[in-house]
Amino acid sequence: MTPAQPPPAEARSRGGMPRLRRSLPWALLAALLAWLVGYPLAITLVESLTAPAAGAAAADAGWSLAGFAEFAGRPDEWLALWRTLWISAATVVLAAAVGVPLGFVFERAEFPGRRLLGALVALPVALPPLVGVIAFLFLYGESGFVSRGVQAALGLEEPPWRLIGGGAILLVHAYSMYVYFYLFTRAALARLDAALGEAAAALGATPRRTLVRVTLPLLRPALAGASILTFMTSLASFSAPYIFGGGFRVMTTQIVSSKLNGDLRMAQVETIVLAAVALAGLGLLQRTNRPAGVAGAVRGVAPARRRIASRGARTAAAVAGWGLAILLLLPHATVALISLVPPGTWTTEALPPELSLGNYAAVFSEPERLRPVGNSLWMAIVATVAAVGLGFAAARGAVVRGGRLGKLLESLISLPWAIPGTVFAVALAATFSVDRPLALRFLLIGTPVILPLAYLLRNLPLTGRAALSGLGQLDPALEEAAASLGASRWRALRRVVVPLVRPALAAGAALAFITALGDFVTSIVLYTFETRPISMEIVAALRLQELGVAGVYGVLLTAAGAAAFALYGRGEVAA
Amino acid sequence: MRSALSYLVVEELDKRFGDLHVLDRVSLAVAEGEVVALLGPSGSGKTTLLRLLAGFETPDGGAIRLAGDDVAGLPPARRRFGMVFQHYALFPHLTVGENVAFGLEAQRWPAERTTERVREVLALVDLAGFEGRRPGAISGGQQQRVALARALAPEPRVLLLDEPLSNLDPALRERTRRELRRAIERVGITTVLVTHEQEEAFDLGDRVAVLHRGRLEQVGRPEELYEAPATRFVAGFVGRASVLRGEADGPFGEGDPVEVRLGPRARWPAVAAFAAGEGAQPVEMAVRPEALAMRTEPLGDGDRGLAGEIVGRRYAGPMTLYRVALEAGGEVEVLAEERGLTRAAAAQEPLAVGARVQIAPRPDTAPPPRIFPSEAR
Repeated sequence: MTPAQPPPAEARSRGGMPRLRRSLPWALLAALLAWLVGYPLAITLVESLTAPAAGAAAADAGWSLAGFAEFAGRPDEWLALWRTLWISAATVVLAAAVGVPLGFVFERAEFPGRRLLGALVALPVALPPLVGVIAFLFLYGESGFVSRGVQAALGLEEPPWRLIGGGAILLVHAYSMYVYFYLFTRAALARLDAALGEAAAALGATPRRTLVRVTLPLLRPALAGASILTFMTSLASFSAPYIFGGGFRVMTTQIVSSKLNGDLRMAQVETIVLAAVALAGLGLLQRTNRPAGVAGAVRGVAPARRRIASRGARTAAAVAGWGLAILLLLPHATVALISLVPPGTWTTEALPPELSLGNYAAVFSEPERLRPVGNSLWMAIVATVAAVGLGFAAARGAVVRGGRLGKLLESLISLPWAIPGTVFAVALAATFSVDRPLALRFLLIGTPVILPLAYLLRNLPLTGRAALSGLGQLDPALEEAAASLGASRWRALRRVVVPLVRPALAAGAALAFITALGDFVTSIVLYTFETRPISMEIVAALRLQELGVAGVYGVLLTAAGAAAFALYGRGEVAA
Repeated sequence: MRSALSYLVVEELDKRFGDLHVLDRVSLAVAEGEVVALLGPSGSGKTTLLRLLAGFETPDGGAIRLAGDDVAGLPPARRRFGMVFQHYALFPHLTVGENVAFGLEAQRWPAERTTERVREVLALVDLAGFEGRRPGAISGGQQQRVALARALAPEPRVLLLDEPLSNLDPALRERTRRELRRAIERVGITTVLVTHEQEEAFDLGDRVAVLHRGRLEQVGRPEELYEAPATRFVAGFVGRASVLRGEADGPFGEGDPVEVRLGPRARWPAVAAFAAGEGAQPVEMAVRPEALAMRTEPLGDGDRGLAGEIVGRRYAGPMTLYRVALEAGGEVEVLAEERGLTRAAAAQEPLAVGARVQIAPRPDTAPPPRIFPSEAR
C-alpha cells in the first residue's frame, strides 16, 4: 500500500478548488448561450425602440417610441393581436374537449387494439405543423376528398365550403394540439393512486362524484401544464394561419408579412409585442395554475383498467376507439394518397382515377427537387448535433454548478421555448444582417449558416430540457460511487452519466431533429434559394398546384416523424 | 497501542452549510482494522462526517489523516476509500461483474487480474457466478452485497458504509448484518459506518461514536456507552432511560459515587458523570427501566421508594414494560419480569393501569445510574 503523498498546499488547492476556476467554463457557456439566445432579442428590442419616425432620416435615430406609436395607431395590428389571443384561448378549450376524454378512454378502458391506437393517436405531436396543415387541405380543403365527396353527393356546382379564416385555423389547431391534453391526461391518470378512488367509494361517493371531487382536482396540475403548452404553441402557430388565414391575419403572419414587404422596423415592433404577449401569457398561466402539492397523490398503484364486461359494449368501445383514431389519422393517410396522384389526372372526380409512383420518381430523380431534402437533412442533423451538445452541457452546468449561474443556464436553454419561432426568425434576421464583429454581429443572412443556427436555437429547449430531466433523475450517489472507485470526472461522465442519460438525450434529439427537418416558421424568414428546406418546397409546390409533389414531401416528413417518435417512445420507456 | 489507534485520524473537523453548523470540531481516531460505528439521530452530522471522510464534501476546518498523511484535500477519486452507499448506487447499465470491475478499470488493472479479482470478491460476499446479472434483476440483499464487493474490489485503505442495512426489510436485515460483519472481519479492513440504529451500531462496531447536533458526545465500546454514558443525550439515546430530577451534595468528581435526593425521604445511589463544587447541585438522573423495582406495599417509614400510579403497560412476552406517573411529578419506565414481582403481590392483584405502586432502585443493579447537570436551570 503506497498512500499518495501530494504536498499539502497542492492538496488544499485541489480540494477547495477555487469557486471561480470551477465556475469559469460554465460562465463561458452561459455567455455563449446568452449571445445566441438573448442577444438577438435584445438587439430587436433596442432597434424597435430606436425606430425613426416615418420620414425622418435613419441616421439620427435616437430612443423613440415612434414604432410602437405607429403600431398602436393601426387597427389592423390590434385586430391581429386580438385574433391571436382569442384563437389561442379557443384552441385550449377545443383541444381539451377532444384530448381529455380521449385520455380517459385510453387509460381507463380496455378494448382490443387499445395499445396500438393509443400510440397512433399521439402521433400528430411528432409531425411538423406544416404536414398537418397540408393534410387538412387535401382532406377538407376546397378540392379535398371530403368536400369533393359532399359536392358530388349533393350535385353542387361549387365546393360546399371554403376552408379559410379563423374557423379553419381553429380546426387545424384543435386537431394537432389535442395530443398535449391526451398525453398529459393519460400520464396523470397512470400516476394516480388507485386507493384514492377506492377511499372515495368507501366513503359513499358515486363514480360521478369521485370524478368531480377527487380525480379531476388531482388532474389539475397536468391539465394546467397541457393548457400552457397548447396556449403557447397556438400563440406561435404560423403554418395554419399562413395557409388557411387568407385575409385573417394573426401576429405571426402579420410579422412575416411586414418582413417580406421590407418593413423590418414594423416587423421588429410586432415581434416585440408578440414576445411580450408570450412571456406575459406564460407568467400569468404559471401563476394561476400553480399546482397544489399533493404528495400522496402520486404514490401507490394506478387503478386497473376496467375491462368492459358486456361483449356488445366492448365491441362498441373498440369501434368508437378505432373510428376516432381513423378520423384523427385520416389526414395523414390523405397525404400519402395524394402523393400517388399523377399531376393533372384528378379533376372533377370524387376519388383520384389514377395512382402511380410518378411523383416519387420525379422527386428522387430531379436534382433540383431532391435538393431541399438534402438541405433539410444536413441542416437538421447539424442543428440537432449542436443542440444536443449545447443542451447537455448547459443542463449539466445547471445541475452540477447550481446557484444563480445554474439557474441562468437553465433559463437560457428554456427561453426559446416561450418565444415564438417567428420572433426568433426576425430577431436573427435583424441581428445578423450587418457585419460588425466588435458588436459580435456578423453577416450571416444569405449564408448557409443562418438556418442551422435558427434551428439550433429552436431545438435547444427540446434537447436541453430532455438532458435536464435525464440528469435530474440521476442519483447523485452514482457519480460519487464512480469517484470513490477512483474514476476521474471525465471517466465518470463517459462511463456513468452519459450512458444513463442517453435515452433521454435520444428522445430529445429525435424531437429536435424532426422539428428542424420540417421547420417552416423560421425558414420562411431566413431561407435562401440555395438552402431552401423541404417546407419551402412544399409551399412552392402548392402554389404551382403540384399537389402530388407536395404530398411526397409530406410523406417523407411524416415517415421521418414517425421514426423519430418511435425512437422517442423507446427513450421514454428506457428513461 | 497509541500508534495503532492513529491509522485514521479526524482532527477538529468542522463543517457548516450556510448558517447550519453540521459538524462542530469533531475529533476521532480509528485503529487499523477497527470498525467504528457513527450513531446518531437524523441531522446529527454523522452522514456529513462520512461524506467528509469520502471526500464528497470539503471541510471548513480541521484535518483528516490516514497513516499520518493529510487526505482532506484529496479528491475522492484519489483517496482510495471504498464506499457503500445507502441505496447502493449500483450502475444500472452495467452488469454485476462490470460494476465490481469499475474501480479496477479506473486503476488500470490488467484484464486477467481484473477478472480474477472480480471472481474473488464476489465469492467473498457469496455471489460467485453473478457476474453477468443486471443490478435490477437481483434482490435487495444481493444488491447490498454487490455494492460491498464493488467497494472492496480495488483494495481500499478504508471502507465507508452509509446506513448499509436501512434499505432492507427487517427480516433480511439481521441475516445481511451477520454476513456483512463476517465479510469485514475476513478482509480485516478499517471501517467507518453510519447508522441510526443502536442495535446495528452495537453489533457491527468495535466502538461506537455517538453524534448529536454536530458534536461528538462519546466514543466507546457498546458496554461503556450503555453502562457509563458520558452525557445525558447518550444516556437517553443509547438504550431506554427515564430522567428523574433531584439534588446531590457537592463537592464530587467525575465517576464518584453520590447520593441523590429525589424526595423527602428517597435517597438513591448514583455515579456522577461530571464534577461539581461545594453545595447542593440540581441534577438529572438517567435510570434504565431494568434498574428499577416496583412494589405494591404501602410506603413504610424510612423507605427509599417513590410513590406513583401505573399509567401504561406494554406486554412483550418474557417481560413487561410499565409506565408509572410519579406523585412528585414526571414519569418513569419500569421493566418487570411478569412473575418477578413478589409472589404475594402478584397473587393479590394483577398490576394493571391505575394500580398504585412504589418505585425503588433494584438492590442488585450494577452499575448504578449516572447523574448529569440539570438542564432545567
